[in-house]
Amino acid sequence: MGTSFGRGGATTFQQDLQNADCILIEGSNMAECHPVGFQWVMEAKERGAKIIHVDPRFSRTSAVADLHVPIRAGSDIAFLGGIVNYILENGREFRDYVVRYTNAATIVNEDFRDTEDLDGLFSGFDEEKVAYDISTWSYEGADVNAAAGNRDKAAQGEAHGRGSTVESDRPKSRDETLEHPRCVFQLLKKHYRRYTPELVEQVCGIPRHLFLEVAESLCANSGRDRTSAFCYAVGWTQHTVGVQYIRTAAIIQLLLGNIGRPGGGILALRGHASIQGSTDVPTLYNILPGYIAMRHAHSQVGLQKFIENIGNKYGYWGHLDAYLISLLKAWWGDNATSANEYCFDYLPRLTGDHSAYVSTLRALDGELDGYFLIGENPAVGNANGKAHRLALANLKWLVVRDLQEIESASFWHDSPEIETGELRTADIGTEVFFLPAAAHTEKDGTFTNTQRMLQWHHKAVEPPGDVRSDLWFAYHLGRRIREKLSGSLDPKDKPILELTWDYPTEGRHLDPSADAVLKEINGFTVGDGKAVSGYEDLRADGSTACGVWIYSGCFAGDENLPARRKPHWEQDTWVAPEWAWTWPMNRHIIYNRASADPDGKPWSERKKCVWWDEKKQEWTGYDVPDFKKTMRPDYEPDDDARAEWGLRGDEPFIMQSDGKGWLYVPSGLTDGPMPTHYEPHESPFANPLYKQQANPVRQTFHRKENPYNPTHGEPGADVFPYVMTTYRLTEHHTAGGMSRTLPFLSELQPEMFCEVSPALAAERGLENGGWATIVSTRTAIEARVLVTDRVKPLRVADRVVHQVGLPYHWGTRGLSVGDSANDLFPLALDPNVHIQEVKAATCDIRPGRRPRGAAVLGLVDDYRRRAGAS
Amino acid sequence: MKQTRAREQAMVPRAEPRTYYDRPVLKKPVWKWYIPAYFFTGGMAGASATLSFAARLRGNDRLARRASLISLAGIAASPVFLIADLGRPDRFYNMLRVAKPTSPMSMGTWLISLFGPATGAAALSDVTGVLPGAGRLAEAVAAVLGPGVSTYTAVLTADTAIPAWHEAWRELPIVFAGGSAASAGAAAVLVTPAADAAPARRLVALGTSMELAAERAMVQRLGDLAEPYRSGQASSPVKAAKGLLRAGALLVSLGSHRRPWLARTGAVATLAGVALTRWSIFKAGFESAEDPRFTVQPQRERLSRERASASEPM
Amino acid sequence: MTERVGFFTDTTLCIGCKACEVACKEWNHVPDDGLNFLGQSYDNTGELGASTWRHVAFIEQTKPIDIEGNGSAGDVRWLMSSDVCKHCTHAACLEVCPTGALFRTEFGTVVVQQDVCNGCGYCVPACPFGVIDQREGDGRVWKCTLCYDRIGVALEPACAKACPTKSIQFGPLDELRTQARERVGELHERGVTEARLYGDDPSDGVGGMGAFFLLLDDPEVYGLPPDPVVTTRDLAAMWKAAGAAALAMGAAVVVSVFGGRG
Ligand SMILES: Nc1nc2c(c(=O)[nH]1)N[C@H]1C(S)=C(S)[C@@H](COP(=O)(O)OP(=O)(O)OC[C@H]3O[C@@H](n4cnc5c(=O)[nH]c(N)nc54)[C@H](O)[C@@H]3O)O[C@H]1N2
Ligand SMILES: Nc1nc2c(c(=O)[nH]1)N[C@H]1C(S)=C(S)[C@@H](COP(=O)(O)OP(=O)(O)OC[C@H]3O[C@@H](n4cnc5c(=O)[nH]c(N)nc54)[C@H](O)[C@@H]3O)O[C@H]1N2
Ligand code: SF4
Ligand code: SF4
Ligand code: SF4
Ligand code: SF4
Ligand code: SF4
Ligand SMILES: [Mo]
Repeated sequence: MGTSFGRGGATTFQQDLQNADCILIEGSNMAECHPVGFQWVMEAKERGAKIIHVDPRFSRTSAVADLHVPIRAGSDIAFLGGIVNYILENGREFRDYVVRYTNAATIVNEDFRDTEDLDGLFSGFDEEKVAYDISTWSYEGADVNAAAGNRDKAAQGEAHGRGSTVESDRPKSRDETLEHPRCVFQLLKKHYRRYTPELVEQVCGIPRHLFLEVAESLCANSGRDRTSAFCYAVGWTQHTVGVQYIRTAAIIQLLLGNIGRPGGGILALRGHASIQGSTDVPTLYNILPGYIAMRHAHSQVGLQKFIENIGNKYGYWGHLDAYLISLLKAWWGDNATSANEYCFDYLPRLTGDHSAYVSTLRALDGELDGYFLIGENPAVGNANGKAHRLALANLKWLVVRDLQEIESASFWHDSPEIETGELRTADIGTEVFFLPAAAHTEKDGTFTNTQRMLQWHHKAVEPPGDVRSDLWFAYHLGRRIREKLSGSLDPKDKPILELTWDYPTEGRHLDPSADAVLKEINGFTVGDGKAVSGYEDLRADGSTACGVWIYSGCFAGDENLPARRKPHWEQDTWVAPEWAWTWPMNRHIIYNRASADPDGKPWSERKKCVWWDEKKQEWTGYDVPDFKKTMRPDYEPDDDARAEWGLRGDEPFIMQSDGKGWLYVPSGLTDGPMPTHYEPHESPFANPLYKQQANPVRQTFHRKENPYNPTHGEPGADVFPYVMTTYRLTEHHTAGGMSRTLPFLSELQPEMFCEVSPALAAERGLENGGWATIVSTRTAIEARVLVTDRVKPLRVADRVVHQVGLPYHWGTRGLSVGDSANDLFPLALDPNVHIQEVKAATCDIRPGRRPRGAAVLGLVDDYRRRAGAS
Repeated sequence: MKQTRAREQAMVPRAEPRTYYDRPVLKKPVWKWYIPAYFFTGGMAGASATLSFAARLRGNDRLARRASLISLAGIAASPVFLIADLGRPDRFYNMLRVAKPTSPMSMGTWLISLFGPATGAAALSDVTGVLPGAGRLAEAVAAVLGPGVSTYTAVLTADTAIPAWHEAWRELPIVFAGGSAASAGAAAVLVTPAADAAPARRLVALGTSMELAAERAMVQRLGDLAEPYRSGQASSPVKAAKGLLRAGALLVSLGSHRRPWLARTGAVATLAGVALTRWSIFKAGFESAEDPRFTVQPQRERLSRERASASEPM
Repeated sequence: MTERVGFFTDTTLCIGCKACEVACKEWNHVPDDGLNFLGQSYDNTGELGASTWRHVAFIEQTKPIDIEGNGSAGDVRWLMSSDVCKHCTHAACLEVCPTGALFRTEFGTVVVQQDVCNGCGYCVPACPFGVIDQREGDGRVWKCTLCYDRIGVALEPACAKACPTKSIQFGPLDELRTQARERVGELHERGVTEARLYGDDPSDGVGGMGAFFLLLDDPEVYGLPPDPVVTTRDLAAMWKAAGAAALAMGAAVVVSVFGGRG
């Protein structure tokens, strides 16, 4: 999303789905995983919208959809690419929108080579580094050297939630006739030419008539008067090409002109109550608050140069200096002065890949002493659970802050490895500190939900006993460290000692005030400490401080806006601006400048959102305009215009350096400017399109704790003939710490089970209600069997393939216990955001329960031997 | 709704009714064996009271006294069974908070609480000889209430949604009445000198034929719903009961005062037969509740009948 | 008596999330009903009972498909429906209750007074829907109270409140019935000809249900009786039959005593 549009968040909000004429839910089980938000899909359906669900299984979402399209897990890019091809071949794109609002007309560097030319690779692939040099992907005439030269800018991924930082100049050459052979539009055409309905059928197992029905429904319900929306979630992201799945959807929505308009957009359905917040604020290791890239250890550049490299000349990233310096002021307060570059040097720097999985493997190698687990249960929730549990058992210390004593805290006495004898409690050196954490009902604070909305929750009850909030923990931990260090003259301690660490505390437990934290996040003028009204108030001269620039405005007028609770039926529009607060600047549909034509008039009465008011000389409408309020639609920048004023009045994607929605991503992605169908890391099928079977730059880890099943073409692949995928059930929550411990939820789904088709059940002798054992080279797990026609055998390529459905909620603790689906999956990651591929892998399934104790290892070894994978 | 109706008609009558995973539609009763046991003792007590009074009028005091003692014993045992079956025995008195005509259990409770003391008083005065006048009056009251005590339990059983019980509401009372009479007679035969037991022996014969005839009628009218009585858990008790009843009646009638032991054996068989019938009816009810077909099929057929007649031209 | 209230459960809007089941238990402190994997689609509670007052049924229907695979929603249908006590106009449970523990509230709903119930269990086989049941170890019977404590203070019942898709609609029964009929009309126009109401008709065997449903198939498919009748409808006749039987017995006694020698 970031690379296509400029911001790493849903482009719309769930309530707006009611305005859609067609909703494509793919890679999401929305009815089961976002049941409350799903009411707006039902509302749209009641209003006559067509609801389509594309999913390997017929789920509770499919049950209420107008059309369910079964698909082979891991083949979505072929399907979506097919739709792109359908649009382009039949000229169904929304021309005016595409020409003016996307980079379709932009001409690309002549050295660029497509996967069509290189049989599955783009130009710039480096065999040893197993990485792309992306310089040839850039726009013609763009400042490519800088791109190649400056490592701080390379590999900008989805995690950064933003587009390129490479194009330091506006693209020089465009061809608005879209005829130029190297313009993005023609490149797309060429790239997807072979993604025909026949190919879709062959790759995805989707019969032609179904594919065509979907493609036609989308086209027929897009344009001036109609809009279609996409909903996706982790059914798309959890693949070794996850980011590119979403890119393909972005391309379709841009071609059909559905971004920034009511009833359109792409709704990224996020997960944990505040997972969006955790990438905004963030808790990610490699970016600073508000998607500001982090500095690398070896980089010697100073503040100004860093800002030049990372920032953009044009668009709102042109104010990076204000955002970054305000951040430094928020952190180091009066210690941050222009003289010392506002403590720029105090910022932590990247020394390498410290993503969760890589760190886990370092722990396995004894290169990691300790670990904080705050609100996470990797022993159950992460792919290859065994590797994770072995890693936890190889630490010196482990701090677990959780509501429950979860599997990740109890692995030393009740993990499956204890049963198999791979671990012996006596031999485990890890000292586990379990600290009970306060739940959201026991503390003040915000959630940032799936639609970028900050919602305040008030403390309803005092946390019992030793239970404390995470804010309390972080604050007092910092306080104590600072006390210990106080007086130290060691320069490495200065960044900590000079931090502003002065939040007012309240209550019996001296909880830091969450309000105060939110206000710091919002930002304030250093002089009078008054809250700023938004990021446009931020200055690069040290006169303002701001913790998270994109959240700036949430505390405007010193009022806690996320705490607003005025119900939508008491408000004028469906946007309901007075319910909580949405970043950026309470804009609900972002890039909504695109809801008006280039002259600033709504594309149609039916799909009005914001428009240019000639009298008032400003943008106005139902939603807060996501645009410079006073910039005329016909505004043309002159050469030395900068930042937002460097963009034209008809360029809606104000975070992008060229103001366009990106059909083609010249930089910001590690695995290609245009999505390409690659098979999952483990697949029973060959890639019919290219010699290149899987994503060439996917992240894999070849080591004994992480064996891989042989994929198609490798000897032994037939030992694991079935495709397995994982998902959620309404009745449980993720790794189960919050649901398997509750009787009312446990009784609704009391046991781990697998879903198989009657055909597979017959083939393998599985009985409904009985037991099955599912096997991969990682391990074997057991599950009760649910034989159902909701899982269909699919005809892919030249044969029928069976899929095994596995909910992943179970573990060894709680009222409802069972084997973990994740123990079956390998560590194979998307190269941009390091997400594990747990939506598609291969397995075998057999009737009966798994062997007990060490015997499981025997069974798995036997499979490894047969697959030649040991 | 036109298409809908058409559709339903197309699907009805169905060989196998559709069900929800074959799960019962109804809840089976929570009652334990105490309940049929009570049906038996209560029924016998009721009939015995009437027998006793009639014998008194005929001047057969030996038979009268014994019958009234049997009645007392029977009715004394009943509350024990009833209370034992309550989920909350301590709350038995809650039954007397209200008198509900719509609740056979409520009506029955009141009936017993009048009948019980009456039989008690009657027996007491008869044995001790005190207040003979009041004793007679009590005997009369008990004699009049007796048949009610013996038959209301049939209504209690039929007044449920349990198909094999509810649909049998016409015949069940006669089955219960006959059984009660037979058991009263049999009990009397056991304890009465053969010379005075002739009426009791005749009562066994009459009661038994009443019960058997009524049951045959019941099973015939129930049609498919009689399945639980014919096959399944209840079937063997049913057969055994019939056998015992026939044998019992035969032996009792053969065993005049010259061969009393024959009559007594017959009496035992009769008592066993009556008890078994109660038990099998009880069981059959449970089975018809547990199998959804017994709930769905008859209702489906009723619906299609109504629809058919509704769509007939006037 | 204030206006009669009830439920209209529109199963075409149900997404099977079971929020209603959970909300009911949370609000009414109903214990769990045992952790049993039933292998009956996503239904693991099975049926209404003493410890399950809302129950979501899951019915999977399929036109036979060829192993060549490849179908669409066309050949799979997944029906979901949230069942509950019907709060019958003529409520057998209430009528047979000998203690008056079961009573009709000012809202026209049927509720058990737990402090009066003596566990006689008569209501259990009396209910034509198999709703009310005795709780193990407790002895008393339990069922949906239609949130008597909530509606008393003008709150909607917990289950309806929790339902994200308005599949459970709570309100004055008359209004609900009109809405429901309009809804069926709408659906028929949209070609959903199998949509039909269940329990909305005051002339049915239980005098109309306080909680009625919009179904997409025959009631029995959802575990509901197709033509429920309140058992007490035949009660008068039963008493007559019993009376006759009583006389017959009396006669039998008289005959055997006076109709012969000795
Ligand atoms: N009740 C409940 N709600 C939740 C959660 C929960 O645990 N329980 N978790 C929350 C969290 S953390 C998240 S991230 C979200 C996740 O929300 P979802 O992404 O909706 O959750 P999943 O069920 O994991 O995956 C969605 C669907 O992807 C399908 N799928 C698997 N592989 C593929 C594929 O290759 N292609 C396509 N098109 N589909 C595929 C699965 O069959 C599944 O139906 O839900 C949130 N909401
Ligand atoms: N196979 C497979 N694996 C997956 C997925 C999948 O679809 N398939 N989905 C992935 C996704 S999207 C996600 S989000 C992860 C989720 O995986 P995890 O995040 O590891 O699992 P959770 O159970 O969500 O862990 C959250 C923990 O936080 C605790 N908690 C709740 N509130 C608080 C609080 O306020 N403070 C603290 N300290 N703790 C709190 C809960 O008790 C719970 O134990 O799983 C991932 N793994
Ligand atoms: S759990 Fe929370 S976030 Fe998820 S659907 Fe329910 S209300 Fe929404
Ligand atoms: S459904 Fe059953 S329990 Fe509910 S009111 Fe009707 S008879 Fe009583
Ligand atoms: S069990 Fe309780 S509620 Fe049911 S009939 Fe007996 S007393 Fe009434
Ligand atoms: S009305 Fe109240 S008691 Fe009845 S099912 Fe709903 S929540 Fe439970
Ligand atoms: S809460 Fe509503 S949608 Fe969810 S299962 Fe219950 S009735 Fe269906
Ligand atoms: Mo998630």
